[in-house]
Amino acid sequence: MEKPLTHDISTGKEPPDLAQYEKTGGYSGLRKALRMAPADVQQVVKDANLRGRGGAGFPTAQKWSFVPMGDDAPRPKYLVCNADEMEPGTFKDRLLLEGNPHQLLEGMIVSAYALQADIAFVFLRWAYKLAAHRMERAIGEAYGKGYLGKNILGSGYSLELHLHASAGRYICGEETALLNALEGRRANPRAKPPYPQVSGLWGKPTIVNNVETLCNVPHIVDKGAEWFKSLSHTADGGTKLYGASGKVKKPGLWELPMGTPIREILEEHAGGMQDGYQFRGLLPGGASTDFVVADHLDVPMDFDSMQAAGSRLGTGTMIILDDRTCPVGMLLNLEHFFAQESCGWCTPCWSGLSWIEQILRDMEEGHGQPSDLERLASHTRLLGPGHTFCALAPGAAEPLQSGLKYFKDDFERHIHEKRCPWREN
Amino acid sequence: MLSEQEREEIEAHSRHYPDRRAVCIEALQIIQRHRGWVSDEGLADVAEALQMTLAELEGVATFYNMVFRQPVGKHVILLCDSVSCWIMGYEKLRDHLTRRLGIEFGQTTADGRFTLLPNVCLGACDHAPAMMVDDAHYQDLDPARIDEILASCELKEGGQADGKATDA
Repeated sequence: MEKPLTHDISTGKEPPDLAQYEKTGGYSGLRKALRMAPADVQQVVKDANLRGRGGAGFPTAQKWSFVPMGDDAPRPKYLVCNADEMEPGTFKDRLLLEGNPHQLLEGMIVSAYALQADIAFVFLRWAYKLAAHRMERAIGEAYGKGYLGKNILGSGYSLELHLHASAGRYICGEETALLNALEGRRANPRAKPPYPQVSGLWGKPTIVNNVETLCNVPHIVDKGAEWFKSLSHTADGGTKLYGASGKVKKPGLWELPMGTPIREILEEHAGGMQDGYQFRGLLPGGASTDFVVADHLDVPMDFDSMQAAGSRLGTGTMIILDDRTCPVGMLLNLEHFFAQESCGWCTPCWSGLSWIEQILRDMEEGHGQPSDLERLASHTRLLGPGHTFCALAPGAAEPLQSGLKYFKDDFERHIHEKRCPWREN
Repeated sequence: MLSEQEREEIEAHSRHYPDRRAVCIEALQIIQRHRGWVSDEGLADVAEALQMTLAELEGVATFYNMVFRQPVGKHVILLCDSVSCWIMGYEKLRDHLTRRLGIEFGQTTADGRFTLLPNVCLGACDHAPAMMVDDAHYQDLDPARIDEILASCELKEGGQADGKATDA
């Protein structure tokens, strides 16, 4: 099976330098794109059914289609790579950033060409020091060889590309908050509309795409939409980086056909549960996705199937809950994270998440009340979509609302026994 | 006042942006790299250079997790407290570190050597539990491994001080 994204990545080794990357076909997608009209590059990405890999799964070409094109378009136009991977349980973009920085650069240059963008930024998470070092080196090499800068490979197209190392905050991954961070402001999300495609960085047209999304683009242009679709088990094209963490035998990350069933990832690739541990459930794509349980193990891990199962594909990196880990404690850990990382802009989020954390903490410490279950459930409704300024709080509500459904007995035991049954004493 | 080097580094980044204030997050990180943390004086130096008000820049500085507005120790330990590490034994490591260093989260050891902070997911979930010390990542941790890492920090300091022994 083909693994275009990770083919040239060997973990623990130096990434391919420019010459090595070119030797295995690197930058041929860019050479091909530069001979095409920008609209045709957009079309092939559209035909490939590439959906955004940051978590939301919005069709990439459709996102691009709102960017003003032609001579009257406001300039400069911007392309931003969202490399602020900070979703708990998610470690896929790190592999691509550290493992093959030129692949990401090529993806950015091809995408920027399709949009006729003038300036590109990699918005990189503070903690990814090795990725920063390798990206800087790759950017230097790309400038040196004429893949970046003025008149790229004699095409007449020019692009500047810079690396921005963030100072760390989960909300920066929200695309409008990210734009504020790049402008040197507090990373509060912005009101939409106007959408960034029309009015983004410094009021100019801006596209924000995830690392994995962009890494797919040169392969699509190079090998075509039909090839890309053939990689997938479902209508959404391509492969997907899937991961597993928790008490499984072989935690890790694998590039597999989009739509690989949960069971195959969990049992074959992750090797099943560690000895002495039973499976209870999992968060399929990071902290802000709904739990799925044993009944769902045959669901394909793609955007539409996971949604039909009551969850989301999210980032595709699953976090596994075992029978010796307390589900209430796990939710307390998750909600503590969301409460801490709330940007403070809108009241339902900063206030509601703090209350949720406090209720869960009380329950873990043996002070839970029977009415807490309804209070928690009402919070998940009040923090649902439409009640807050951005998707942070609705994301925080997802594991909680599904946790209340699937692990109700565990919550009730905390309340009745006035202690966490998983802790000694 | 900004040092010549700080000014040059800030200007190099500033060229990437169409307006002056956009570089302020890099500028705060540059100051921090040179001075260890962002003091009131450091904040004022950056605000003046970028023609921002102190309040504006303080608003930015206090928003981001990795801008230190208090002094930190020679080594900053960032222990991941997110969900995968929590499942894989974070609490045991936290208890070990706080006991071993004699400090709680947010504190610095009396000798000024270590600051201990919790940190959100470090993207090492398949090798949890994980932490960072200064710019280095460590994963698949257990208490014994943590002791080795702390000892290696001490060794590095010893090297910098011309091989002089440091108290353990």
